[in-house]
Amino acid sequence: MEATLLDPRMFRIVAAAMALAAFVGLNALVLVYLERKIAGHVQRRPGPFEVGPHGLLQPLADALKLIGKQLFRPAGADALLFWMAPVVSFIPVLPLFLPIPFDPDLVAMHVEPGLLLILAFTGINVLALCMAGWGSNNKWSLLGASRAVAQSVAYEIPLLMALLAVTFMHGSLNLSEIVEAQGAWPWQWNAFIQPVAFIVYFTCAVAETNRAPFDLPEAESELTAGFHTEYSGMGFGLFFLAEYANMIVVCAVATALFLGGWQGPFFSGWWWFLAKTYALLMVIIWFRWTYPRVRFDQLLNINWKWLLPLSMVNLMVTALVMKLF
Amino acid sequence: MQAIRRKLKDITNLWSMVKGLKVTGGQFLKPQVTVHYPRQEVANLASFRGPLQLVAKPKDPAKPKCIACLMCVSVCPSGCLTVLKAKPPKPTPEEEAAARAALEAGEKPAKKPAPKEPSRFIYDYSLCSLCGLCAENCPVGSLSYSENIYLTATDAKAFKLDLLADLRARAGAAPPAGEE
Amino acid sequence: MDSVFHQEPFRGDYYTRRFEPGPDDSTLILNMGPQHPSTHGVLRVVVELEGEYILRAEPVLGYLHRMHEKMGETRSYLQYMPNMGRVDYLHPLAWNHAYVCAVEKLGNIEVPRRAEFIRVITSELNRISSHLLWWGAYLLDLGAFTPIMYAFEERERIQDLLQEPTGSRLTYSFFRPGGVAADLSPEFLQGVREFIPYMRSRLPMYKDLVTDNIILRYRCEEVGELPLDMARRYGASGPVLRASGMAYDVRRAEPYSVYPELEFATPVSQRTDAMGRYKVRLAEIEESLKILEQAVEMIPEGEILVKGAPKPRWKAPAGEVYQAVEGARGKIGVHILSAGSAQPYRIKLRAPGFSNLSLFAELAKGTLLSDAVSILGSLDLVIPEIDR
Ligand code: SF4
Ligand code: SF4
Repeated sequence: MEATLLDPRMFRIVAAAMALAAFVGLNALVLVYLERKIAGHVQRRPGPFEVGPHGLLQPLADALKLIGKQLFRPAGADALLFWMAPVVSFIPVLPLFLPIPFDPDLVAMHVEPGLLLILAFTGINVLALCMAGWGSNNKWSLLGASRAVAQSVAYEIPLLMALLAVTFMHGSLNLSEIVEAQGAWPWQWNAFIQPVAFIVYFTCAVAETNRAPFDLPEAESELTAGFHTEYSGMGFGLFFLAEYANMIVVCAVATALFLGGWQGPFFSGWWWFLAKTYALLMVIIWFRWTYPRVRFDQLLNINWKWLLPLSMVNLMVTALVMKLF
Repeated sequence: MQAIRRKLKDITNLWSMVKGLKVTGGQFLKPQVTVHYPRQEVANLASFRGPLQLVAKPKDPAKPKCIACLMCVSVCPSGCLTVLKAKPPKPTPEEEAAARAALEAGEKPAKKPAPKEPSRFIYDYSLCSLCGLCAENCPVGSLSYSENIYLTATDAKAFKLDLLADLRARAGAAPPAGEE
Repeated sequence: MDSVFHQEPFRGDYYTRRFEPGPDDSTLILNMGPQHPSTHGVLRVVVELEGEYILRAEPVLGYLHRMHEKMGETRSYLQYMPNMGRVDYLHPLAWNHAYVCAVEKLGNIEVPRRAEFIRVITSELNRISSHLLWWGAYLLDLGAFTPIMYAFEERERIQDLLQEPTGSRLTYSFFRPGGVAADLSPEFLQGVREFIPYMRSRLPMYKDLVTDNIILRYRCEEVGELPLDMARRYGASGPVLRASGMAYDVRRAEPYSVYPELEFATPVSQRTDAMGRYKVRLAEIEESLKILEQAVEMIPEGEILVKGAPKPRWKAPAGEVYQAVEGARGKIGVHILSAGSAQPYRIKLRAPGFSNLSLFAELAKGTLLSDAVSILGSLDLVIPEIDR
């Protein structure tokens, strides 16, 4: 069948993409506000307070500031790589949201292997960091990028294995189906049936999104700002947006896969999905304002010596149990 | 064996991560300690040193206690103070005539002593380190620190303060004739 | 790329051009600082990296040089006081103390007992605030943002206390040859009495949040191991030396003021690593609290400035004196050479940070970049003190 612009499916995708872009932007604003407020209260200060009531408009002001700033490229930087990096970092974020089921019906695109799509597109982010690090012609950026590559590659493996364990159980890569297979009550969620997979997944997710305590690519006390040292204005803003959007995606996937998605003990619906996602996001933020940063070799040690064996054993046990029963 | 014990210890030590979360979580729920500046002020401004000011004579609030001894000028490590001694007052015509007469008679004219007070007292706040030496060493206690800690300006010249004018302004007195 | 500033004679500066690359060209020469977040001000370290391993590190100093020693030659003894608050802005009262003690030695000036106690109380409070700031900043280097805010809560209380007699919050110029500038009020002493249990009640929280944390322990333990002989070779002092296992504290080794009358221990650690230095400093906070506890009870009534205290135009007798005191970072030394005039002929300041920093080059060799940050932080460097 020929797909035209007037094809209803095409229309759906375009509308969804637009809605998603708005959703990502809005969520990033909310998250920035949350992050700063939580940081403030953890440190017993008010956080943003002056712009709007309780600083509610602060993220908007920040965004305006970022948009208004001069875009600056250092001498000797590779213009193509330098400008492409933030775009490459941000663009794949939108398709990431397509298969996420907020609700039985509220899915941008019913993709059978939805999980595969997400995993494929998250991998692109590291390419962007790599480009930014190389293109900036800055040694700090380069170090940050090399860290980012090693980290992402390493942590993708246990992440995959943890997800595999869940998909084994349900025999599906479709997020909606996995959600439906779980019950409404917490003990029916995969997090309780597969606790090891959940912990491994969550740790890897924090590492994959470069959040503290695994925020090595941008460790500001070591690498000034890591891969985005040389970026100003919206160049930095896009990296920033992508980071927050990625955080939302990993938390949304965790919600769908491990926490029963939109199902809740009562009034099932998208609000449950959002509540769970935000609870996870807050935990990640809470981590950031509590822990020191791990060292690079330790980061890899955690991965190769702990998470990988753990997720492998978990996968095998799952396979065995699936086979036996 | 050693390695296994170490691994086990690492696992038990993971509990410390939870303890850390408990601490930050507990602090999250406690009230803030921030003083919201423009709406609130800290309570101990009085002991904080603002720019110097002259202390007025107990009888005349527009006149400083200062006797223009220049001690503060010489002790200041940063050279922020400039004090000019007051000139003797202009002799009146009668006095001038008397002095001329005395000179003609071969006597020394009776000179009027200069009043012991400053005619200018300039203080460059931008140089001051607020060390306290001038105020401590003033023999008559004519210098003190103000509480005006919000003094700001965009021009360094604005910090050249005329302390006599400042004192008069505080006393609500008019500038003396001849100035302005 | 081809701008003139990228060509040979303009590339880099004296230090980067003198810093010879290693034998093979697979290494990366990196300028850390002078505007790097973890160099605490304007220290600059030129490092040669192989991957993330440091092959060589060379601190470059002088970005905050203010000629404090030279300034001493043109100022009278009293006029030099404010300089002492600015050499090390984190523990200025120790510098105050070293300088006034030296001048007193030179002029044979007696100090009233009350003044001695005031000096001890204020400078111990200041030591706690300095260690607190170090604690927060060190954790900031290790990537934990929150502790510094908690440390500042306590630090703020100390500053509020010290503001009352001294009038400043950071660069105190409070001691005078022959005494101190202002008396302590009963409210101040009461404030100190209340502060002591408050500070003690916060320490367990520090332990839970940070000291026990497994990530932090892996960042500090066995990082930057400093054997005692090496520490002595470089003339390290203060917590850095004590963490290498030597119980050397100027307050005990060369007693001054009323410290001999006070009961306190010298915390030592045999660990020799960054964790050892961390623990020694935290233990020192507790010891300082102990000193404060005793001093606020023992403080006698009386004069705060001796009758014949040096006047602004005071002429010191000719001679040469040296006085050491224990600062938060180690042994602070003030050496005055007087030719009998109103100004010193020469003043030499011994900053503990300088010797402690010189360790860094050897200590950082072969470590990871992140470890170097941790080591640098654990040495507790205050750059203005090093550059003077
Ligand atoms: S303020 Fe005090 S020290 Fe200065 S000139 Fe006047 S009397 Fe002398
Ligand atoms: S406070 Fe110190 S620096 Fe300021 S004017 Fe007085 S003596 Fe000079």
